[in-house]
Amino acid sequence: MIREIAVKIDGQEVRAREGANLLQVARDNGIDIPGLCYHPLVSVSGACRLCVVKIAGRPGLVPACTVEVVNGMEVIAFDEELDSMRRMLIDLLLSEHNCDCMTCESAGSCELQDLAYRYGLDNRTRRFVARERVLPNPDLSSAVLNYDPSKCIICARCIKACDEIQGKGVLSFAQRGLETVVTASLGEWETSECDGCGECVQLCPTGQIMEKRPKRPPRAGEVEKVQTTCSYCGVGCQLEMWVKDNEVVKVRGAEAIPNYGSTCIKGRFGHTYIDKSDRLTTPLIRRNGSLEPATWDEAMAVIKRNVLKIKDQYGPDALAGLASAKCTNEENYLFQKFMRACIGTNNVDHCARLCHASTVAGLAAAFGSGAMTNSIAELEYAKCILVTGSNTTETHPVIANLIKRAVRYHEAKLIVVDPRKIDLVNYATLWLRQKNGTDVAWMNGMMNVILSEGLQDEAFIKERTENFEEFKKVIETYTPERVEEITRIPADKLREAARIYATAETSSLVYSMGITQHTTGTDNVLSTANLAMLTGNMGKPATGVNPLRGQNNVQGACDLGALPNVYSGYQKVAEPAVQEKFEEVWGTKLSPDVGLTVVEIMNAAAEGKVKGLIIMGENPMVSDPNLNHVEEALKNLDFLVVSDIFLNDTAELADVVLPAASFAETEGTFTNTERRVLLLRKVINAPGEALPDWQIICKLAGQFGYSMHYNSAAEIMDEIAEVTPIYGGIHHYRLVPDGLQWPCPSDDHPGTVYLHKGDFSRGLGHFHPVDFIPPAELPDEGYPFILSTGRILFHYHTGTMSRRAEALNAFVSEGYAEIHPNDAARLGLEDGGRVKVRTRRGEITTMVKTTERVAEGSVFVPFHFAEAAANRLTNDALDPKAKIPELKVAACQIEKT
Amino acid sequence: MPHSDSSITGVSNEVDRLLHLFAPFPASVIPLLQEIQGHYGYISETNLTRVATYAHAPKSTVYSVATFYSQFRLTRPGKYLIRICQGTACHVLGANSICEHLEEQLGVKVGETTGDGLFTLESVRCLGCCSLAPVMMIRDEAYGRLTRGRVDAIIDAYRNRAEK
Repeated sequence: MIREIAVKIDGQEVRAREGANLLQVARDNGIDIPGLCYHPLVSVSGACRLCVVKIAGRPGLVPACTVEVVNGMEVIAFDEELDSMRRMLIDLLLSEHNCDCMTCESAGSCELQDLAYRYGLDNRTRRFVARERVLPNPDLSSAVLNYDPSKCIICARCIKACDEIQGKGVLSFAQRGLETVVTASLGEWETSECDGCGECVQLCPTGQIMEKRPKRPPRAGEVEKVQTTCSYCGVGCQLEMWVKDNEVVKVRGAEAIPNYGSTCIKGRFGHTYIDKSDRLTTPLIRRNGSLEPATWDEAMAVIKRNVLKIKDQYGPDALAGLASAKCTNEENYLFQKFMRACIGTNNVDHCARLCHASTVAGLAAAFGSGAMTNSIAELEYAKCILVTGSNTTETHPVIANLIKRAVRYHEAKLIVVDPRKIDLVNYATLWLRQKNGTDVAWMNGMMNVILSEGLQDEAFIKERTENFEEFKKVIETYTPERVEEITRIPADKLREAARIYATAETSSLVYSMGITQHTTGTDNVLSTANLAMLTGNMGKPATGVNPLRGQNNVQGACDLGALPNVYSGYQKVAEPAVQEKFEEVWGTKLSPDVGLTVVEIMNAAAEGKVKGLIIMGENPMVSDPNLNHVEEALKNLDFLVVSDIFLNDTAELADVVLPAASFAETEGTFTNTERRVLLLRKVINAPGEALPDWQIICKLAGQFGYSMHYNSAAEIMDEIAEVTPIYGGIHHYRLVPDGLQWPCPSDDHPGTVYLHKGDFSRGLGHFHPVDFIPPAELPDEGYPFILSTGRILFHYHTGTMSRRAEALNAFVSEGYAEIHPNDAARLGLEDGGRVKVRTRRGEITTMVKTTERVAEGSVFVPFHFAEAAANRLTNDALDPKAKIPELKVAACQIEKT
Repeated sequence: MPHSDSSITGVSNEVDRLLHLFAPFPASVIPLLQEIQGHYGYISETNLTRVATYAHAPKSTVYSVATFYSQFRLTRPGKYLIRICQGTACHVLGANSICEHLEEQLGVKVGETTGDGLFTLESVRCLGCCSLAPVMMIRDEAYGRLTRGRVDAIIDAYRNRAEK
């Protein structure tokens, strides 16, 4: 039990948790004891001695940061002796410091400067004259940071940030005594393993490590700081954007849920795309074959004419819309409302189809709710974490930090099941390298072991689930030996993994696209659900089935009904009662027919059944499987409208292109992977005539005589709350400071930290017996390699944003294929050389990257690079239930060029 | 054979052998660095990386250890390592002037190696033979009661020896 106790500091009684850090307790209660080496997010150093206090009954002076409070503790934090001591310590620090405050970028946000000011240490009052010395040279070699050792106070916060928070350990002290400096790796930043997350910048108290920005940024006092949500992945990191003169000049991590100041390189340095000169600033209309600037009125007229023509001639289902996981909840809600209420079709989908459609389908069937069951923060305290099909370090870097912390600081056991030797393998108790596309088999195998060794949670199965007996019959046939034949995972290792997962006090299962992007994607997801239910790892903290959503708002786009079969809140279009409700609120007739999914829309377009397509912020010309087919389909359309921030690969094929506002120029909410609805604030004005997508949609609706009028995104959210039970209590005014996690059914509901406590959303958890089915396409003589595709740390999705960020391009600027060194040697391929990768659907030429991350016989190609687009190669064979394509397995050949 | 770094020629068997003298965890970093330096006379960047990988320690930690202890050297030393003593007794008896003279004669600063790869000049705190102050050591040989002239003669002798 955590006990609350009382401590007296300078006569003031404060309440605290027993064992809490004394310095933190004091500061939390407004007693500002100075200190430079202490930071609440890293371990205590006790190095700077500025926080020394006197404690009754203890001899001498004690650094408060090293003291755990006990009941009745009496502390003197300020008296003359302590003050003079602190003044001297700061004086000494200044004597070693390059006091360049006049021109230092950090002035105004420098903790040392603040203390010098607080203690009145000016050039007249300072007793210690600066040591005469030659200033050491700064290391400016990093693409994202500038490091100036002359401003270092050796507090070790950067080193600990890198090691303890990010788990990277790139930084350390080198040399000793007066020569001590912070260095990266073997002495130089550029050649180090630093991946540019900038956690060191975040924690540096002075100007030692600063961001490298395209332009020299203004200082803290000159800027406005706005908290908003990152536009990259599904973690939903809170960012503090520094703004001056309508320009984002710097980005820091905001110390708030879920990232507490951490970001990855994309969050901190990857947003420079927003002020690129090639942003779309006016609508474009295709005239005589080329896209030319036009007014909003002209563009709207062209859209109206063409859409009505198609609708009149072929009916509303000849039109389709792609919403966007990059746009806000409010925009996705409006988009599907527009397609359904105004156009009259349920043909609305978005790229979640390509990432987690199988999650939504599978988890809804098993539990009744298709989202991450537990919360991000809980991961750090899980006793066992099973990560499969998620290269978390690169795709959800801030979540990976917590997984690493669980292993390093909380004795968690990590099991990684992945065909590639991903970074997390370095932290794993066990790494099982399965053959691509054999996930059902190994999960069934694990469950076979659990059942045969009696490790299942009988009580949970009995009280909370159904269909166990049917399920058991299938599981019994998956002996570890049989599974070894299918998956190549040694039977003993599988047994060990099963035991660890089943016997840990709390086991959390984390997965991502390695599980979902298969023709058996839904089966894979069902298997993860089976595994969690079998061991009772559901409905409790630090357990659960946790799909990590890829895009910043892919969760929200699904939640808000940008799917062909459901309205917002997963309310089925085919259910009469639901249809009636929406008809009443939206004031129009609605179609009960389930619409087409992404890949089906493309197929229908190719066949001429879909004639017109409206795309908001998506780039199917890079993101969708079998691009040659997609290109054919898009070119076959009578009419294509694209709204985007850049003229992306898809927009280039459009008849009308609309300029949209970026995430920094609009307002609304994103829902992150843990179902947390987070505020997106307007940081700067959109360039030219660009408009936020929600305003564009309202404008469009007006063309068709359907009135959509909202004064703000908050008003849209109020309508969402009205019609969407899981968002029932979500309003913008309630989202400060921490956001709200759905389900949040009413205005007084605090949100839901983890799902399925006591009951599953569907009542009982349902065991689905699932048999192993091999991938749709396997290597053969003609195409002997297994190709899988995915994301990398430095780029994002189709690269429209990330490839315009200098810092990200400095790390990786072109596509590549990861090939095992043995395969490379056999084929005469050299690292850095060119290679042709070919499948039955297309071919690309790209760079060879030899690495043992991939198994022999396997090739991995990141999909961000349009000029070497992995999706020219991928298979558009679909999962029959979720209609997700098999992006993770295809047969390919590789050839030296 | 000292002074030949197998990692440069691509032959890593010898380094592998040295690495496997100790268990693969971070606590082995110091003895591993000592073994490698003992064998090659210094620790190359490649070998720092190898130690890090083998011992499951971040490269920065290995670099931190290697730069913290003065016994470790990260650059290839000359054929003859000259260590000039700067201990109290030597200091009093003019070690500074001897050191300056050496720097002049060799054309290098303390910590550097001559262009011909023959000499590396280092200064150390105390060689433990204060009665002979001022003292320097070349490889394992100690030379005491140094004067500028005596230093010249000794250096010449080593130069001649190297030519033969």
